[in-house]
Amino acid sequence: MSQTRYRRRFNQRTKALILTIILAVLMLVIYTFGILISEEAVSTDVLNAKQPPSWGHLFGTDNLGRDLLMRTVKGLSVSMTVGIVASCISAVIAILIGIVAAMGSKFMDGIINWIIDLMMGIPHTVFIILISFSLGRGLKGLLVGIAATHWTSLARLIRGEVLQLRSQHYIAVSRRLGKSSEWILIHHLLPHLAPQLIVGLVLMFPHAILHEASISFLGYGLAPEQPAIGIILAESMRYLSSGMWWMAVFPGLLLVLIVLLIDRLGENLRTVIDPYSAQE
Amino acid sequence: MTEIVKQVFIHIIRAISLLFAVSVISFTLVSASPVDPVQQYIMGIGPVSEEQRIEIEAYWGIDKPPAERYFNWLSALLHGNFGTSLLYRRPVIEIISERFQNSLALMMCAWLLSGIIGFSLGCIMGMNRDKWADKVISKLCYLLSSVPTFWLGLVFLMIFAVILGWFPVGFSTPIGMRSSEVTLWQRLHHLVLPAFTLSLMSFSNIALHTRQKMIDVMNSEYVLFARARGESRWTLFCRHALRNTVLPAITLQFASFAELFGGSVLAENVFSYPGLGSAVSAAGLNSDVPLLLGITLFSTLFVCVGNMIANLLYGVVDPKMREVDR
Repeated sequence: MSQTRYRRRFNQRTKALILTIILAVLMLVIYTFGILISEEAVSTDVLNAKQPPSWGHLFGTDNLGRDLLMRTVKGLSVSMTVGIVASCISAVIAILIGIVAAMGSKFMDGIINWIIDLMMGIPHTVFIILISFSLGRGLKGLLVGIAATHWTSLARLIRGEVLQLRSQHYIAVSRRLGKSSEWILIHHLLPHLAPQLIVGLVLMFPHAILHEASISFLGYGLAPEQPAIGIILAESMRYLSSGMWWMAVFPGLLLVLIVLLIDRLGENLRTVIDPYSAQE
Repeated sequence: MTEIVKQVFIHIIRAISLLFAVSVISFTLVSASPVDPVQQYIMGIGPVSEEQRIEIEAYWGIDKPPAERYFNWLSALLHGNFGTSLLYRRPVIEIISERFQNSLALMMCAWLLSGIIGFSLGCIMGMNRDKWADKVISKLCYLLSSVPTFWLGLVFLMIFAVILGWFPVGFSTPIGMRSSEVTLWQRLHHLVLPAFTLSLMSFSNIALHTRQKMIDVMNSEYVLFARARGESRWTLFCRHALRNTVLPAITLQFASFAELFGGSVLAENVFSYPGLGSAVSAAGLNSDVPLLLGITLFSTLFVCVGNMIANLLYGVVDPKMREVDR
């Protein structure tokens, strides 16, 4: 009885909306918490170095006595910043390129397809290493590298969508009524593309975070004294054989958890703003 | 037959244009780097006199415009001269060919493993759609695509190499042994963990793809007819489902060479495996420009070959193409 009432009151979409809000708030809380962690909380404390997990230090401490939980959460907020900025940049590239490819001439479309092929032809990790090397390592190289490698799939999606929209009757009618291409773009195409773009952006976000972690792990990206998951994991490599398992396990687990949550957030958001998938 | 020749020809032209573009892009990126190659080179060989310095600068062509430097580099490249690695003090082409053998062993093992595991799991999921096996395995596949491979490698290294001691902690051969003395068994022993880690990265993709294909096949009318004729699930699987899903899966596997190479960079770093992946990250960190450029071009070639095979296989999979031949 209570089950059916529950079902009736909350349909698929409402449930997704509630979940989306909860997840978004949770992300925001973790993010602000990470930003607010002071330098003292992650300062070195040699007396407490290499402590296994305990109630005082839930994740244990690292080789210099820094609290790993604090370092990890702080690192996560750095990763999230990188993820947000890189995803936004690549989303902008994707929408520009997608629209140009689909609106313009066949020639432009060919060139853009060739560029996309080119981007997919170089292994992403190698390409990010090259870009990072070119920009002199650090945050800038990381951002540009991730943005430059992530726009391709979204651009393809948008291109396909625009091509499909262009053959719709109402667009043809609009054109016959004498509306300019810009007018059609702003009033007909963009409103249609917005949901795709937002969902694509959110789903790109976990990928960007995973890439950030792996590139920092390789030693590009952020400077070694900065808190970042990749750097903590790279440091943990040196202490694996001395049995400091907590240094590798917990930061990674937290990273996986965040990635899963953001992924879930994206899927729910899709249900909320895309009416087709809400009925599946 | 002419159709296939034409296809191959088009793909080769395309691959050459891509390789050329990659060479321009990577050369531009490396030239824009704030790292001074002459300074790096001098730091590598120790103090030099002013005359030697000028000589080295002339060798690198610092005084020339970038376009001329690029064409000099390209013509050397086409003559098979990739330059000398600053890090290893040996010709780049030698390092690439030596390390590629190691990487190829690793990547092929991982590639086969992920193909076999992924395809079998996909079959199990597709044949048992919406039963518990399907639900559990597809959850697992989604989970795996959210886990960073290098972290998984670290955890495996810790559990199986450090705590249990079943596998060695790194490298491709036992430390302190001459390469001629290493047995095949020892090499395989060192290969197990990295290859398994690398295969985990890509098998969820192939499993989910195979699952979808299998469900499409099982919902088709010819399977319904076969079922009506009284075929058992096993014969249905062998006669219809398997044949229709195995080629698309192989094609997808060939198209995933880029991710395979990208993943091998991380896996080789975790396991200190001496392959191309660990060389490229070391080259970038130590500003070894010739090696970095060489490996970038080589990895692009590797991916191009994979994509070419995949595209040609699409032709084989699609019966319409075969009709044209006859």
